[in-house]
Amino acid sequence: MIPEPFPAPASTAAPPKVPGPAPAAKSPAASAAAGGRGANRLQAIARGEKVEPALHRQVFGEKAVLEIDNFQLWYGQKKALHEITMPVPVGKVTALIGPSGCGKTTLLRCVNRMNDLIDSVRIAGDMRLNGDSIYAPGVDVIELRKRMGMVFQKPNPFPMSIFENVVYSLRIDGIRDRNLLNEVCERSLRGAALWDEVKDRLHDSALALSGGQQQRLCIARAIAAEPEVLLLDEPCSALDPIATGKVEDLIQELKGEYSILIVTHNMQQASRISDYTAFMYLGRLMEYGPTAKIFTNPLLPETNDYVTGRFG
Amino acid sequence: MTQFLIRQLDKLKTMILKLGGYVEQSLQQAIQAVETRDVALARTVIAQDEQIDLLEVDVEEECLHTLALYQPVASDTRFVLAVIKINTDLERIGDLAAHLAEQAIFLAEEPETNTALFDFQGSSRRVWSMVKMSLDALVTRDVALAQQVRAADTEVDAAHRKVYRRVEEEITKHPHKVRQLIDLMNISRQLERIADHAVNIAEDVIFMVTGEIHRHDAEDTDQVPSRR
Repeated sequence: MIPEPFPAPASTAAPPKVPGPAPAAKSPAASAAAGGRGANRLQAIARGEKVEPALHRQVFGEKAVLEIDNFQLWYGQKKALHEITMPVPVGKVTALIGPSGCGKTTLLRCVNRMNDLIDSVRIAGDMRLNGDSIYAPGVDVIELRKRMGMVFQKPNPFPMSIFENVVYSLRIDGIRDRNLLNEVCERSLRGAALWDEVKDRLHDSALALSGGQQQRLCIARAIAAEPEVLLLDEPCSALDPIATGKVEDLIQELKGEYSILIVTHNMQQASRISDYTAFMYLGRLMEYGPTAKIFTNPLLPETNDYVTGRFG
Repeated sequence: MTQFLIRQLDKLKTMILKLGGYVEQSLQQAIQAVETRDVALARTVIAQDEQIDLLEVDVEEECLHTLALYQPVASDTRFVLAVIKINTDLERIGDLAAHLAEQAIFLAEEPETNTALFDFQGSSRRVWSMVKMSLDALVTRDVALAQQVRAADTEVDAAHRKVYRRVEEEITKHPHKVRQLIDLMNISRQLERIADHAVNIAEDVIFMVTGEIHRHDAEDTDQVPSRR
């Protein structure tokens, strides 16, 4: 690991001793004192030990729209998510960050049970959306997915008109009232900051839009069904900086009314737009707290090393 | 991206330590000039202040570049912020060392006076040691050492208040010595201010390491403010 500009005192160069789960650090000074540069979680994980996440107390102060409860996932024999427990606050933007393969996208796709579509997947634990279990036997997955909107990395407008894209979820629910469809279409496109650009060509093909516009269309489509939570999987990765800026501004406007869970590998984006940030590594939740704290003074040295670009 | 940032942070570290070295040397020489009434040495200290001022400007510019070009976060941000603040305190210590050197020249022009009323040796060693300890704490990220610097300031403040009272008494008893007595008073005040800047540096080190801001703590507010 690349050292700090001023290295820690010589006494901490001794190899850290970690017999069992690392203690939940209360302050960076405390974790620095406990066996040098934190009780080294990464080594503990490599040994297959259970490691407690560092949760900032602020995450428990908010009402939660989504409760993730001791959630685990296996792809066949390989365990990809390890005992994840975290509340996702209502009306806020929560970012999931971590290096490739850490499980952030896997976790996101579990929220609306997209992973059901993969045969080899097995889960344990539960998630609750506004108190309703997501994984209990007998849950209607289709109805569940209507309560959530998902936007993917690559914009995926349907090969239809702009109008039909937006109102798709209403159509498949059997709604035919033209006034209602128009109203929902306008409200959603305004909500996605796209109305002014497309209001005169609602019946043109969505595929003719630019990448950034297509992505905002996908967001409009997602919010048309008035979901309880929006799941965004690296929504700006395929966009140029200006389109990215527009989508980020949009996310800021949507929060409050919507709760947003966003996966991003762009840490500056996470620090710009999110209220809370969860750092994941090797399928585990490492640290979770207010974004300002994660990016100024995280509890764990591992989090500090990741956000400063020293690993991952 | 990381390598650019790492190199830049190393550069800042080198520059701030270089500045620290200049300032430590100036302070040491100024103290010596006062003790030995060495006017030539005093003039050297005053001339050296320019290189301290120029380096302070360079450090600030490098910090600005670091923030704008590399957008550091977390511990790196705290490091850059600490460097910006310590930079200012070091430059002020350099100025005060130059003022001390000026006082040395004034004192050398007067007949030797009874400096027993002011333990210059003791006070100056204490203050120089505080400056050195605060810079050592910066290099080794030693919070305990930085806390010692904060604690040492109490004694320096008390010594300065004592000097003020003694000078007051002496001026009424020996009014013809007023110039030297005022010079001694100024020297005591400069040492006390240098100590305050050393405490600032120590507090910035604590912030850099722990992310906690320790300033204006309750224990300090009981103190009678130093008479100037």
